[in-house]
Amino acid sequence: MFRGVDFYNIDELLSDEDRLVRNSVREFLEKEVVPLVADAWHEEKPLNFHKLGKKFGELGMLGTFIPEEYGCPGMSYTTFGIVCQEVERVDSALRSFVAVTSGLVMYPIWQYGSEEQKKEYLPKLAKGEIIGCFGLTEPNHGSDPGSMEATARRNGDEWVLNGTKTWISEADMADIAVVWARDVEDGKIKGFIVEKGTKGFQQSALTKKGSMRAGSVGELGLVNCRVSEENRLPGARGLRAPLSCLNQARFGISWGAIGAAMDCYETALNYTKERKQFGAPLASFQLVQEKLVKMLIEITKGQLLAWRLARLMDEGKATTEQISLAKKNNVRVARYCARTARELLGANGVSLDYSPIRHMANIESVYTYEGTDDIHTLILGRAITGYQAFRREL
Amino acid sequence: MKIIVLAKHAPDPESEISVASDGKSVSQSGLVYDINDWDRYAVEEAIRIKEDKGGEVVVVGVGTNCDDTLRKCLAMGADRAIKIPVDTSFDAYTTAEVIKEAIKDEQFDMIFAGLMSQDLNNAQVGVLLAAMLDLPVATAATELKVEDGKVIARRELEGGYLEEVELPTPCVITIQSGINEPRYVSIMGIKRAKSKEMKEVSVSPSISTLEIEKMYLPPVKKAEMIEGDPSQVAEKLIEILKERGLI
Repeated sequence: MFRGVDFYNIDELLSDEDRLVRNSVREFLEKEVVPLVADAWHEEKPLNFHKLGKKFGELGMLGTFIPEEYGCPGMSYTTFGIVCQEVERVDSALRSFVAVTSGLVMYPIWQYGSEEQKKEYLPKLAKGEIIGCFGLTEPNHGSDPGSMEATARRNGDEWVLNGTKTWISEADMADIAVVWARDVEDGKIKGFIVEKGTKGFQQSALTKKGSMRAGSVGELGLVNCRVSEENRLPGARGLRAPLSCLNQARFGISWGAIGAAMDCYETALNYTKERKQFGAPLASFQLVQEKLVKMLIEITKGQLLAWRLARLMDEGKATTEQISLAKKNNVRVARYCARTARELLGANGVSLDYSPIRHMANIESVYTYEGTDDIHTLILGRAITGYQAFRREL
Repeated sequence: MKIIVLAKHAPDPESEISVASDGKSVSQSGLVYDINDWDRYAVEEAIRIKEDKGGEVVVVGVGTNCDDTLRKCLAMGADRAIKIPVDTSFDAYTTAEVIKEAIKDEQFDMIFAGLMSQDLNNAQVGVLLAAMLDLPVATAATELKVEDGKVIARRELEGGYLEEVELPTPCVITIQSGINEPRYVSIMGIKRAKSKEMKEVSVSPSISTLEIEKMYLPPVKKAEMIEGDPSQVAEKLIEILKERGLI
């Protein structure tokens, strides 16, 4: 059975409540979700988030850090991190769902929405009654969202939206989308809540993915899509608003990636202790031990980084750069551990019945989304040198 | 309807189990503790009765490290917890005795205990407590119907048979697993549990009824490979079966 990877007694840094949350979420996932993942991944049939989302909602796994007055658990960022760790131990697509719902859909409504919007959408999202998605990335603008082409034109009490959003988690199954578009009048980026079924709002899935196959990713099309002024997020003015949402999701990834790494390490450790070659368990060979030890060291460092970042988030002190460092480091740790575990499992490592190759493929998405690894390098580079290296005039 | 539920913080039987260096106890390293599985069903059953008929569920744990399990029960929906910080180890008699002392000021209609514990499988604490309190007891309940002043319990017997018994309250019932589908603990429940009472009651057992002389892992049974042509194999097989009185 999985006991968790805790070489540095990090459990002692968690509150009694957070340890209970971790155990409870882990128990639920192992019984109800783990058995579904391998087939969903193999067949690229996304897990049913309408069904699972309700169960996640009953357990309080969605919008964990948002206050109780909006029907959410009102816990800490540390609790949110723990939930992300546990779901990504199972599959990154589950963490995508949790982090997108909490950080990219609920967070902007909570931070930039009107009181009516908060009361209308947050309780339903927290219960998993409706699913949300976040439309920022466009076909021509990924790392550079400030150059987005989607437009919003005011027309009386309405806004007319046009544009395409792509690589959007849960795009095809979402009941609402938080969509970002540039106001053609003042040139500012504004946020809108677009409901499924709105005229001119198209939702579709992207398939033939080599990653995140247990989850759903797709496109949003806006063709003269009319939404009322009441659907605009009144507090969101400019690119800063969607970027602040990314900080929430990146924080979730910094914990989630360590969950994936923990599962890879645990799987490789158990496998190499049991499997014998040349008359002895694989784990008794020095080359194998070196790999296991390196995984353990990287995971332990990543756990401490995630824990410290959660404390900073809870104190309201975390900077974008600190979040970048944790996302960048911990996803690299997961990428390393997934590959190493895959290798230690030998030929069995390429079977989807074992988790490492699923994690290995999933983590390529995580390495690239929510700020690519390179973008986080540039964020950190700017912070320590004072020179921005994102754009240049040619 | 007030129900007291006994909940044990017990090692998961799927943990890595080894004998400690003293040769008389189980090594703690490698053990993963959680609520005893049967007790989880007992807590769930009590909470369901409370949700249906009102009342209170009080959960009782024995052991210096049972907080996590008690907190879990509170998060599931129990109203308050009593912790008895005494390590009674394998001694079911002293466990029952300290519980009897700790709950002496409590009024209750029923006491639920899991049928047995997942680590020791003694199935004794519930029935010993009933005897000490001089209360009627039903074991291995798979269904309960609670009415005014009485409870009808369907008990599991050997060979797939069931028995239905009627007990006046107050009484003690030990709960079989599968009686219900225990709920998962929600984050909101965990938050609510934070403000619920967990009272420590210090009680010392009067006697010790058990002394452990030796603890060991069962010897590994070896398989014997019978070799030869089919007639020789058959002959040898018959010989072995006869030797053991199996044919």
